[in-house]
Amino acid sequence: MAELKGADRYKAGVLEYKQMGYWQPDYVPKETDVIALFRITPQPGVPADEAAAAVAGESSTATWTVVWTDRLTAADTYRAKAYRVDKVPNTDDQYFAYIAYDMDLFEPDSIANLTASIIGNVFGFKAVKALRLEDMRMPVAYLKTFQGPATGINVERERLDKFGRPLLGATVKPKLGLSSKNYGRVVYEALKGGLDFTKDDENINSQPFMHWRDRFLYCMEGVTKAEAATGEVKGTYMNVTAGTMDEMIRRAEFAYELGSVIIMIDLVIGYTAIQTMAKWARQHDMILHLHRAGNSTYSRQKNHGMNFRVICKWMRMAGVDHIHAGTVVGKLEGDPLMIKGFYDTLRDPHTPESLEHGLFFEQDWASLRKVMPVASGGIHAGQMHQLLHYLGEDVILQFGGGTIGHPDGIAAGATANRVALEAMILARNEGKDYMAEGPDILAKAAKDCSPLQKALDTWKDITFNYESTDTPDFVPVETPSI
Amino acid sequence: MRVTQGTFSFLPDLTDKQIKAQIQYALDQGWALNVEYTDDPHPRNTYWEMWCVPMFDTKDAAAVLLEVNECRKVYGNMYIKVNSFDNSRWRESQSMSFIVNRPKEEPGFGVARDAGPGRSLRYRVHSYATDKPEGARYK
Repeated sequence: MAELKGADRYKAGVLEYKQMGYWQPDYVPKETDVIALFRITPQPGVPADEAAAAVAGESSTATWTVVWTDRLTAADTYRAKAYRVDKVPNTDDQYFAYIAYDMDLFEPDSIANLTASIIGNVFGFKAVKALRLEDMRMPVAYLKTFQGPATGINVERERLDKFGRPLLGATVKPKLGLSSKNYGRVVYEALKGGLDFTKDDENINSQPFMHWRDRFLYCMEGVTKAEAATGEVKGTYMNVTAGTMDEMIRRAEFAYELGSVIIMIDLVIGYTAIQTMAKWARQHDMILHLHRAGNSTYSRQKNHGMNFRVICKWMRMAGVDHIHAGTVVGKLEGDPLMIKGFYDTLRDPHTPESLEHGLFFEQDWASLRKVMPVASGGIHAGQMHQLLHYLGEDVILQFGGGTIGHPDGIAAGATANRVALEAMILARNEGKDYMAEGPDILAKAAKDCSPLQKALDTWKDITFNYESTDTPDFVPVETPSI
Repeated sequence: MRVTQGTFSFLPDLTDKQIKAQIQYALDQGWALNVEYTDDPHPRNTYWEMWCVPMFDTKDAAAVLLEVNECRKVYGNMYIKVNSFDNSRWRESQSMSFIVNRPKEEPGFGVARDAGPGRSLRYRVHSYATDKPEGARYK
């Protein structure tokens, strides 16, 4: 049924969302609109355009029944407008719905406020069987209200004095149980051996076996000794995640007093806590690392939840400097094309629409700084050519097991990774086809470096060939608008 | 010890042919190169002495390599590095940095520790080479 106007629209009772004005197929989004793209699976019997209108309604001004108080407002402005619905290629019951929101629906500089609308009540809404937020387009004027990354890739590199190659890191393992003193040993060995960073794991906070102050003190000893042993700037991501904001700030301030260049937080602390820490990090000249703990609970299934590329966008706005964004070749979920979409979102000043990479909208990043993606989880030196090919130069390659599990020890594992990386960069810059010649390049480099030889021998056959669940829904033809 | 700043310090020292190939790569990207040297390789010594300002108009790798070798003639027992600078919007920063010369003996660094309250330590990373006056640090 068509949209109703005037007194008919506001008669007490229940209307279809389309009748209430949330379906506007002729609407042309403004430059200043926020646009969200949802994947909708309507309940049987609910037409796609009505389902889209319902999502628009429930994520903006609507409630279940008509309210006359709408008429006290410029309701047309505040009503979100579903303006396009496309059937998802190769599915029976899924639709992409494009919904435009006036920028003034959202508080400036608040991811919490944005998300309370966009992924709020609407995800439990009965009219849709499942709902997934696939992508968003942020208007420049809105982006300009956000700080963006505290440090950004360019400044991070200048502070670390490391240019022209990916950075190398390792997560201290085992995740749980090490005493502070033993923990600092891993930090020292890995950094001395050639890594740039070591990292607390996401669930290392302040447990009975190791309290945070003690860990920070021993880690700083490891970092400083490694700086002296190599002449390089080194860092360890000190995880300040805690139960309250006050406690996180207390831990961050201690890391700052100790002279650490970087602190770390987990995604599970929430959007407001992340923004708070990003502002703190900017004020204290600290790099802010974000571990994406928890994201797969809502990003992995194709029909419900949200795509990780939206998290990438929000986190760039919120102001983190690092975020784990997939490896392509490692143990965690990741289709190469999808991961390119995440990486571009984090690093590029401007991303064009690219359905192949899951980017549904052109996005101007409005001079927000660049986020360094982190590739972590089941990667090793023998994959160096693939990692460089898929992930590029502005990335942190994080080899946890691939450093600490080296048969000759942690420092040897670190050296193997660094030599493999430097050999690959050298070859790439010399114009070699490093993807094709990768194994040869590594084998040659290993002749001057026995730790690399041992790493290659130990992990030569380790690959993780599982099919990705998050793949592009894209066929290179126009799908009709219904 | 071996100072491992710069991109290729974990590999055997680069030959002039290898250095030239890296310079060529930078030129192909449209970057400008310069040569810097120091006798104080402290990790936070940001400003090495400039042998020359970035050569924005030099498109010939051999000409850049010539500057490396001229610098070696004068400061052959110091650290020398090649840097490239990318002036494109959104970067406007350094794009490569690698050491092409180092002293025969690298004395390295020590860590001084001042114990403070609560087991905290004030660290000072100290370059042994700088115990001697400028110009007399490497023989």
